[in-house]
Amino acid sequence: MTKPKYLLFTGCVIPYRLSSYEISARKVLAKLDVELVEMPEYNCCGYPMDVVNHDLMLTLAARNLCVAEKMGLPILTLCNGCFCSLNETNKILKEDKKQREKINGYLKEVDMEFKGTTEVKHLIYVLSEDVGFEKIKNTVTKPLSNIRVAQHSGCHVLRPKKYVARDDPENPTTLKNLIKLTGAECLDYMDETECCGNPIIGVNEDVPFNMAKEKLEHVRAVGAQALITVCPFCHIMFDLNQPRIERAFNEKFNLPVLHYPQLLGLAMGFTPEELALNELRVKPTELLNLMKRGE
Amino acid sequence: MTEEKEYVPPVIKAEELDPKFKYKMSKEHGAEKVMVCFQCGTCTADCPIARFSEFYRPRRIARMVQLGLKDRLLLDGALWLCSSCFTCVDHCPQGVEIAGIVRVLRNMTVEDKNLLPLVYKELATNLMKTGFVYEIPDSRLQKRVEQGLPPLPKPNMKDVLKIFEVTGSARLLEKVQTIAKVESK
Repeated sequence: MTKPKYLLFTGCVIPYRLSSYEISARKVLAKLDVELVEMPEYNCCGYPMDVVNHDLMLTLAARNLCVAEKMGLPILTLCNGCFCSLNETNKILKEDKKQREKINGYLKEVDMEFKGTTEVKHLIYVLSEDVGFEKIKNTVTKPLSNIRVAQHSGCHVLRPKKYVARDDPENPTTLKNLIKLTGAECLDYMDETECCGNPIIGVNEDVPFNMAKEKLEHVRAVGAQALITVCPFCHIMFDLNQPRIERAFNEKFNLPVLHYPQLLGLAMGFTPEELALNELRVKPTELLNLMKRGE
Repeated sequence: MTEEKEYVPPVIKAEELDPKFKYKMSKEHGAEKVMVCFQCGTCTADCPIARFSEFYRPRRIARMVQLGLKDRLLLDGALWLCSSCFTCVDHCPQGVEIAGIVRVLRNMTVEDKNLLPLVYKELATNLMKTGFVYEIPDSRLQKRVEQGLPPLPKPNMKDVLKIFEVTGSARLLEKVQTIAKVESK
């Protein structure tokens, strides 16, 4: 079988403040024989500019897609936001002739043309569809059988259904199944598919803090020892902002939030240092002790 | 002595309505189906923002578009509270893309009212300066090397700036007034 090969699209926020996600993702993908090619000359995916001008978002995204088309490779994103704008733009421009002509008009100014020959995949779909559960299972050497976690997939790997068209947004199972491969138990909790709130934190803190606090309460209520995410924005909301949420509501959660590849990496036998677990705001000390006891 | 204010009931005056607004909206990508909204309220019932805001109501936004209350919509800060989770889009029994409508209205606010929350202006400024929406400090780039990560690619700034120019975005961003924060209660 040929090695799956992708262009890695890190986006902006991961290199800005969440290298731990990139480090751990690169480690586990290498272990799974996935080849990552460094994507040249990419720019912001366009997502944050959709509020300013829809054409700007589409054209910034399409420029990245054109780079991938030239390289003849599909794009792998780690961020839900990047997946949303790149995947949506790819589908819109493939299916809607009018939009494609308009955006190609802009792209002509930078000597590019969208042809519709590339694909955009988020990490969880690369793992579940292209690598496959069997292969992942075979790399698990230290099953995390005595820990219980909960997952938060985040909105944009699931919605809107018509553009993502993969997992069921009402009852998503992809990330849950990926977690189960590590040997950890994945617990259900109330309102699993609810948004983290991060996208509006720049204009209003009150609503996102309430949303994230409620999610942390629901996760705590079922006895999860960690929360697993696959999006840097969700991660920031639950990990980096957790102490602020605790202060705002006079609560104590102390719930470690791990990027999925960190969890998988631990089950593959990588050390916490190799997976940059020390970069988490909420220290997973107790969780790591539990894992050690399970060995 | 306190002056008594004359009570003004919250009524909509006919002169505020722009009957052509809904047709204009229907031509915009993402807002095509606004006229078939029959006000069932599924969007509002399932909206996570509406649960924690006293006035963000997606159903109301759809109705205001149908009535043609353009100015009220565009000058209402509530527009900026949507987190684009797309739950309303997936749940609408009529296939109305409320989040798409909100996005069209936000774009119109920038274009017609020259208003934009400060955070997006900052992200845009960074993007036009570095190709990324955050200005990644040199210490971060250095740390990448220490952590064994490959160097970040240099975005093609000529292309990025050209895209801002040809889509008219550079002109829009130049003249916007910024809104610092938006209330939710």
